[in-house]
Amino acid sequence: MRFAILQFPASNCDQDCVHALRVMGAQAKMVWHKDTSLGEVDAVIVPGGFSYGDALRCGAIARFSPVMQAVSRFAENGGLVLGICNGFQILCEAGLLPGALIRNRDLRFHCEQVFLKTANFDTAFTSGIRRDGVPIRIPIAHGEGCYFADAPTLERLQAGRQILWQYCDASGAVTEAANPNGSLMNIAGIANARFNVAGLMPHPDRAVEGILGTEDGRSILSSMIAALESRKSAAAA
Amino acid sequence: MKAKLVITPKKAVLDPQGKTVANALEHMGYAGVTGVRVGKYLEIDLAPGTSAADADKALHEAARRFLSNPVIEDYRLEIVE
Repeated sequence: MRFAILQFPASNCDQDCVHALRVMGAQAKMVWHKDTSLGEVDAVIVPGGFSYGDALRCGAIARFSPVMQAVSRFAENGGLVLGICNGFQILCEAGLLPGALIRNRDLRFHCEQVFLKTANFDTAFTSGIRRDGVPIRIPIAHGEGCYFADAPTLERLQAGRQILWQYCDASGAVTEAANPNGSLMNIAGIANARFNVAGLMPHPDRAVEGILGTEDGRSILSSMIAALESRKSAAAA
Repeated sequence: MKAKLVITPKKAVLDPQGKTVANALEHMGYAGVTGVRVGKYLEIDLAPGTSAADADKALHEAARRFLSNPVIEDYRLEIVE
Protein backbone atom coordinates (compact mmCIF):
# COMPACT_ATOMS: atom_id res chain seq x y z
CA MET A 1 0.00 0.00 0.00
CA ARG A 2 1.28 3.43 -0.92
CA PHE A 3 1.03 6.27 1.57
CA ALA A 4 1.70 9.95 0.90
CA ILE A 5 3.17 11.81 3.88
CA LEU A 6 2.72 15.57 3.54
CA GLN A 7 5.66 17.79 4.30
CA PHE A 8 5.10 21.41 5.37
CA PRO A 9 7.71 23.89 6.56
CA ALA A 10 8.29 22.81 10.21
CA SER A 11 6.60 19.43 9.93
CA ASN A 12 8.74 17.30 12.24
CA CYS A 13 7.08 13.89 12.33
CA ASP A 14 7.16 13.35 8.57
CA GLN A 15 10.20 11.05 8.85
CA ASP A 16 8.63 9.23 11.79
CA CYS A 17 5.56 8.47 9.68
CA VAL A 18 7.64 7.23 6.75
CA HIS A 19 9.66 5.03 9.09
CA ALA A 20 6.60 3.69 10.90
CA LEU A 21 4.84 2.76 7.66
CA ARG A 22 7.92 1.03 6.29
CA VAL A 23 8.21 -0.92 9.54
CA MET A 24 4.62 -1.96 8.92
CA GLY A 25 5.49 -3.16 5.43
CA ALA A 26 3.79 -0.33 3.55
CA GLN A 27 5.33 2.08 1.04
CA ALA A 28 5.59 5.72 2.00
CA LYS A 29 6.71 8.79 0.12
CA MET A 30 6.92 12.44 1.06
CA VAL A 31 4.79 14.98 -0.77
CA TRP A 32 5.94 18.60 -0.58
CA HIS A 33 3.39 21.21 0.47
CA LYS A 34 3.75 23.11 -2.80
CA ASP A 35 2.91 20.08 -4.91
CA THR A 36 -0.50 20.25 -6.52
CA SER A 37 -0.86 16.51 -6.93
CA LEU A 38 -0.42 13.56 -4.57
CA GLY A 39 0.61 11.17 -7.34
CA GLU A 40 -0.47 7.54 -7.29
CA VAL A 41 -1.21 6.85 -3.64
CA ASP A 42 -3.75 4.84 -1.65
CA ALA A 43 -3.80 6.96 1.51
CA VAL A 44 -2.55 10.26 2.93
CA ILE A 45 -1.06 11.02 6.31
CA VAL A 46 -0.82 14.61 7.50
CA PRO A 47 2.00 14.36 10.04
CA GLY A 48 2.74 16.14 13.29
CA GLY A 49 4.94 19.16 13.79
CA PHE A 50 4.59 22.91 13.90
CA SER A 51 3.69 23.83 10.33
CA TYR A 52 4.52 27.48 9.65
CA GLY A 53 5.67 27.83 13.25
CA ASP A 54 2.03 27.68 14.43
CA ALA A 55 1.68 31.30 13.22
CA LEU A 56 -1.83 32.72 13.74
CA ARG A 57 -3.31 29.34 14.79
CA CYS A 58 -2.01 25.78 14.58
CA GLY A 59 -2.63 24.56 11.04
CA ALA A 60 -4.25 27.81 9.87
CA ILE A 61 -1.67 28.53 7.17
CA ALA A 62 -0.81 24.96 6.15
CA ARG A 63 -4.40 24.33 5.22
CA PHE A 64 -4.14 26.82 2.33
CA SER A 65 -1.06 25.06 0.89
CA PRO A 66 -1.47 23.83 -2.68
CA VAL A 67 -1.16 20.21 -1.56
CA MET A 68 -4.21 20.59 0.68
CA GLN A 69 -6.39 21.23 -2.38
CA ALA A 70 -5.22 17.85 -3.64
CA VAL A 71 -5.96 16.28 -0.23
CA SER A 72 -9.49 17.75 -0.25
CA ARG A 73 -10.14 16.26 -3.70
CA PHE A 74 -8.64 12.93 -2.57
CA ALA A 75 -10.94 12.92 0.47
CA GLU A 76 -14.00 13.90 -1.60
CA ASN A 77 -13.31 10.87 -3.78
CA GLY A 78 -13.33 8.66 -0.70
CA GLY A 79 -9.56 8.40 -0.18
CA LEU A 80 -8.30 7.58 3.32
CA VAL A 81 -6.72 10.53 5.14
CA LEU A 82 -5.28 10.45 8.66
CA GLY A 83 -4.09 13.58 10.49
CA ILE A 84 -1.78 13.11 13.46
CA CYS A 85 -1.28 15.91 16.02
CA ASN A 86 -0.55 19.02 13.90
CA GLY A 87 -2.08 17.03 11.04
CA PHE A 88 -5.32 16.75 13.04
CA GLN A 89 -5.22 20.51 13.63
CA ILE A 90 -4.71 21.12 9.90
CA LEU A 91 -7.64 18.86 8.94
CA CYS A 92 -9.90 20.72 11.39
CA GLU A 93 -8.77 24.10 10.06
CA ALA A 94 -9.40 22.83 6.52
CA GLY A 95 -12.95 21.86 7.45
CA LEU A 96 -12.30 18.21 6.58
CA LEU A 97 -13.04 17.40 10.23
CA PRO A 98 -15.40 19.30 12.55
CA GLY A 99 -14.29 21.28 15.61
CA ALA A 100 -10.98 22.83 16.60
CA LEU A 101 -7.98 22.21 18.84
CA ILE A 102 -7.14 24.89 21.35
CA ARG A 103 -4.59 25.52 24.07
CA ASN A 104 -4.30 22.77 26.68
CA ARG A 105 -6.42 23.49 29.74
CA ASP A 106 -3.35 23.79 32.01
CA LEU A 107 -1.41 25.92 29.46
CA ARG A 108 1.38 23.33 29.46
CA PHE A 109 2.96 21.25 26.72
CA HIS A 110 2.24 17.58 27.42
CA CYS A 111 4.76 14.96 26.35
CA GLU A 112 3.75 11.64 27.84
CA GLN A 113 2.16 8.24 27.24
CA VAL A 114 -1.63 8.22 27.43
CA PHE A 115 -4.26 5.50 27.34
CA LEU A 116 -6.92 5.55 24.66
CA LYS A 117 -10.31 3.92 24.63
CA THR A 118 -11.48 3.09 21.13
CA ALA A 119 -15.12 4.16 20.88
CA ASN A 120 -15.91 2.77 17.42
CA PHE A 121 -14.20 -0.31 16.00
CA ASP A 122 -16.11 -0.30 12.72
CA THR A 123 -13.86 2.06 10.77
CA ALA A 124 -10.85 1.93 8.47
CA PHE A 125 -8.77 3.45 11.28
CA THR A 126 -9.85 1.21 14.15
CA SER A 127 -10.97 -2.21 12.91
CA GLY A 128 -7.71 -3.91 13.87
CA ILE A 129 -7.46 -2.49 17.39
CA ARG A 130 -7.79 -4.95 20.27
CA ARG A 131 -11.40 -5.32 21.42
CA ASP A 132 -10.86 -6.92 24.82
CA GLY A 133 -11.49 -3.69 26.72
CA VAL A 134 -7.80 -3.05 27.32
CA PRO A 135 -6.96 0.50 26.21
CA ILE A 136 -4.10 1.17 23.81
CA ARG A 137 -1.15 3.22 25.04
CA ILE A 138 0.25 5.88 22.71
CA PRO A 139 2.35 9.01 23.30
CA ILE A 140 1.11 12.59 23.01
CA ALA A 141 3.30 15.67 22.52
CA HIS A 142 1.30 18.87 22.15
CA GLY A 143 0.47 22.23 23.66
CA GLU A 144 -2.75 22.74 21.70
CA GLY A 145 -4.69 19.51 21.83
CA CYS A 146 -7.83 20.48 23.69
CA TYR A 147 -10.67 19.42 21.41
CA PHE A 148 -13.54 21.87 21.15
CA ALA A 149 -16.78 21.79 19.17
CA ASP A 150 -20.13 23.42 19.88
CA ALA A 151 -22.90 21.38 21.50
CA PRO A 152 -24.82 20.51 18.30
CA THR A 153 -21.59 19.32 16.65
CA LEU A 154 -20.73 17.16 19.67
CA GLU A 155 -24.20 15.64 19.55
CA ARG A 156 -23.76 14.87 15.85
CA LEU A 157 -20.35 13.30 16.51
CA GLN A 158 -21.82 11.11 19.21
CA ALA A 159 -24.94 10.12 17.28
CA GLY A 160 -22.87 9.34 14.19
CA ARG A 161 -20.26 7.34 16.17
CA GLN A 162 -17.60 9.67 14.81
CA ILE A 163 -15.70 9.80 18.10
CA LEU A 164 -12.99 7.18 17.53
CA TRP A 165 -10.74 7.59 20.57
CA GLN A 166 -11.12 9.03 24.08
CA TYR A 167 -8.48 9.58 26.74
CA CYS A 168 -8.98 7.04 29.52
CA ASP A 169 -7.15 5.53 32.48
CA ALA A 170 -5.23 2.24 32.48
CA SER A 171 -8.44 0.32 33.17
CA GLY A 172 -10.18 1.88 30.19
CA ALA A 173 -12.41 4.24 32.21
CA VAL A 174 -12.97 7.64 30.58
CA THR A 175 -12.38 9.97 33.52
CA GLU A 176 -11.63 13.64 34.01
CA ALA A 177 -8.30 12.72 35.66
CA ALA A 178 -7.24 10.84 32.52
CA ASN A 179 -7.91 13.86 30.30
CA PRO A 180 -4.48 15.44 29.63
CA ASN A 181 -5.63 18.62 27.91
CA GLY A 182 -9.24 19.45 28.73
CA SER A 183 -10.72 18.01 25.52
CA LEU A 184 -14.52 17.95 25.55
CA MET A 185 -15.76 14.42 26.25
CA ASN A 186 -12.09 13.35 26.53
CA ILE A 187 -11.94 13.33 22.73
CA ALA A 188 -8.53 12.28 21.42
CA GLY A 189 -9.57 11.55 17.86
CA ILE A 190 -12.56 11.72 15.52
CA ALA A 191 -13.61 10.84 11.98
CA ASN A 192 -15.75 12.63 9.42
CA ALA A 193 -19.29 11.42 8.70
CA ARG A 194 -18.09 9.24 5.80
CA PHE A 195 -15.34 7.68 7.95
CA ASN A 196 -12.62 8.19 5.34
CA VAL A 197 -10.95 11.11 7.12
CA ALA A 198 -9.77 10.88 10.73
CA GLY A 199 -7.54 12.84 13.07
CA LEU A 200 -6.05 12.28 16.50
CA MET A 201 -3.66 14.13 18.79
CA PRO A 202 -1.72 11.04 19.99
CA HIS A 203 1.10 9.71 17.81
CA PRO A 204 0.63 6.15 16.49
CA ASP A 205 3.72 6.89 14.34
CA ARG A 206 5.80 7.00 17.53
CA ALA A 207 4.47 3.70 18.83
CA VAL A 208 5.31 0.94 16.38
CA GLU A 209 8.44 -0.58 17.93
CA GLY A 210 8.97 -2.07 21.36
CA ILE A 211 12.13 -0.07 21.91
CA LEU A 212 9.94 3.06 22.04
CA GLY A 213 7.95 1.65 24.95
CA THR A 214 4.76 0.75 23.13
CA GLU A 215 3.76 -0.87 19.86
CA ASP A 216 0.07 -0.03 20.19
CA GLY A 217 0.23 2.48 17.34
CA ARG A 218 0.64 -0.41 14.95
CA SER A 219 -3.00 -1.39 15.26
CA ILE A 220 -4.16 2.00 13.91
CA LEU A 221 -1.82 1.88 10.91
CA SER A 222 -2.54 -1.82 10.28
CA SER A 223 -6.28 -1.05 10.33
CA MET A 224 -5.70 1.43 7.50
CA ILE A 225 -3.52 -1.01 5.56
CA ALA A 226 -6.13 -3.79 5.95
CA ALA A 227 -8.91 -1.42 4.83
CA LEU A 228 -6.92 -0.45 1.73
CA GLU A 229 -6.20 -4.10 0.94
CA SER A 230 -9.86 -5.04 1.16
CA ARG A 231 -10.78 -2.06 -1.05
CA LYS A 232 -8.22 -3.25 -3.62
CA SER A 233 -9.43 -6.81 -3.66
CA ALA A 234 -13.06 -5.59 -3.87
CA ALA A 235 -12.10 -3.42 -6.85
CA ALA A 236 -10.26 -6.31 -8.52
CA ALA A 237 -13.13 -8.76 -8.03
CA MET B 1 -4.98 53.65 5.99
CA LYS B 2 -5.21 50.54 8.07
CA ALA B 3 -7.51 47.86 9.32
CA LYS B 4 -7.77 46.86 12.95
CA LEU B 5 -8.90 43.34 13.66
CA VAL B 6 -9.63 42.15 17.19
CA ILE B 7 -10.08 38.42 17.67
CA THR B 8 -11.41 36.94 20.91
CA PRO B 9 -12.25 33.42 22.02
CA LYS B 10 -15.99 32.72 21.92
CA LYS B 11 -17.79 32.82 25.25
CA ALA B 12 -18.39 29.05 25.16
CA VAL B 13 -14.70 28.31 24.61
CA LEU B 14 -12.45 27.62 27.57
CA ASP B 15 -9.83 30.40 27.85
CA PRO B 16 -7.31 29.19 30.44
CA GLN B 17 -4.95 32.07 29.65
CA GLY B 18 -7.68 34.62 30.34
CA LYS B 19 -8.56 32.84 33.57
CA THR B 20 -4.93 32.87 34.72
CA VAL B 21 -4.65 36.59 33.97
CA ALA B 22 -7.92 37.29 35.81
CA ASN B 23 -6.64 35.37 38.86
CA ALA B 24 -3.37 37.33 38.77
CA LEU B 25 -5.25 40.65 38.64
CA GLU B 26 -7.27 39.58 41.64
CA HIS B 27 -4.16 38.56 43.60
CA MET B 28 -2.59 41.93 42.75
CA GLY B 29 -5.53 43.65 44.37
CA TYR B 30 -7.37 44.93 41.30
CA ALA B 31 -10.90 44.59 42.59
CA GLY B 32 -13.99 44.29 40.45
CA VAL B 33 -12.48 42.24 37.59
CA THR B 34 -15.06 39.61 36.76
CA GLY B 35 -13.37 38.01 33.75
CA VAL B 36 -10.61 38.29 31.16
CA ARG B 37 -10.57 36.92 27.60
CA VAL B 38 -7.17 36.89 25.94
CA GLY B 39 -7.35 37.30 22.18
CA LYS B 40 -5.34 38.71 19.30
CA TYR B 41 -5.01 42.10 17.69
CA LEU B 42 -3.96 42.45 14.05
CA GLU B 43 -3.07 45.77 12.49
CA ILE B 44 -3.19 45.52 8.71
CA ASP B 45 -1.63 48.28 6.60
CA LEU B 46 -3.55 49.18 3.46
CA ALA B 47 -2.28 51.01 0.37
CA PRO B 48 -3.20 54.70 0.33
CA GLY B 49 -6.31 55.37 -1.73
CA THR B 50 -7.83 51.92 -1.05
CA SER B 51 -11.60 52.09 -0.99
CA ALA B 52 -12.72 51.63 2.60
CA ALA B 53 -15.81 49.74 1.45
CA ASP B 54 -13.76 47.34 -0.70
CA ALA B 55 -11.23 46.80 2.09
CA ASP B 56 -14.03 46.17 4.56
CA LYS B 57 -15.61 43.56 2.30
CA ALA B 58 -12.34 41.81 1.47
CA LEU B 59 -11.11 41.74 5.07
CA HIS B 60 -14.42 40.45 6.42
CA GLU B 61 -14.02 37.58 3.99
CA ALA B 62 -10.38 37.05 5.01
CA ALA B 63 -11.38 37.19 8.68
CA ARG B 64 -14.01 34.49 8.21
CA ARG B 65 -11.88 32.24 5.98
CA PHE B 66 -8.47 32.59 7.55
CA LEU B 67 -7.69 35.27 10.12
CA SER B 68 -10.18 33.96 12.67
CA ASN B 69 -11.59 30.48 13.20
CA PRO B 70 -15.38 30.85 13.52
CA VAL B 71 -15.55 27.57 15.45
CA ILE B 72 -13.72 29.08 18.42
CA GLU B 73 -13.35 32.82 17.83
CA ASP B 74 -15.32 36.04 17.27
CA TYR B 75 -13.82 39.05 15.55
CA ARG B 76 -14.36 42.80 15.21
CA LEU B 77 -13.07 44.67 12.16
CA GLU B 78 -12.54 48.39 11.83
CA ILE B 79 -11.09 50.35 8.90
CA VAL B 80 -9.39 53.60 9.93
CA GLU B 81 -7.77 56.43 7.95
